[in-house]
Amino acid sequence: MSIDSMFVHKMWDDDELKKMVDGGVPFPMLSDAGGKVGKVYGVFDENNGVETRGRFIIDPDGVLQGYEVLSPPVGRNVNETIRQLQAFQLVRETGGAEATPSGWTPGKATLKPGIDLVGKVWKVWKTEQAFD
Amino acid sequence: MAEKADIGCARPTGGPVGEEPVQTNQEQQTIKKEEQSMIMVGQKVPDFSAPGYQKGEFVNVKLSDYLGKWVLLCFYPGDFTFV
Repeated sequence: MSIDSMFVHKMWDDDELKKMVDGGVPFPMLSDAGGKVGKVYGVFDENNGVETRGRFIIDPDGVLQGYEVLSPPVGRNVNETIRQLQAFQLVRETGGAEATPSGWTPGKATLKPGIDLVGKVWKVWKTEQAFD
Repeated sequence: MAEKADIGCARPTGGPVGEEPVQTNQEQQTIKKEEQSMIMVGQKVPDFSAPGYQKGEFVNVKLSDYLGKWVLLCFYPGDFTFV
């Protein structure tokens, strides 16, 4: 979503993005003229009249699970977004019985929050696990 | 999910969806505004509808139509920049 009109979205998809992605962008490219939606989400930059790089992970109940906002010059890490999405999906599938500690990626050990874990995280999770 | 939209010459816009805040006096109005821009993890996100473009068609999208699915909502400064 950006302040550009859907007509400009079409031009961008036709003229450039289709050269990067076969068939163009598959998901909706939304128009937020005037930044009305961006203001509500706290990502509209009034001084420059554009949206900042806000990214929101919304679960199937419409509940916000995570967000990240970067200023325009720095791009996002798509792998990190996917990792967070996978982590939130795992937590949801286990009904909160499992949590994903720092550095978790699919296949790495999860934590089972509960009274037995209090003070014992050091036994089941090592600092090396925070890094790839 | 996204419904197809008929396009004329006007440039359509979307916006937040939901009840307008009830305004009784200036002080309450200010508080309400602060509440509206609050985004918190663990809280429901504000619904909105917006026009857009998707695979050769102009569409209208309402966020709440995606209930039951995971949604990644990304804002960016402008077309022809990077993501």
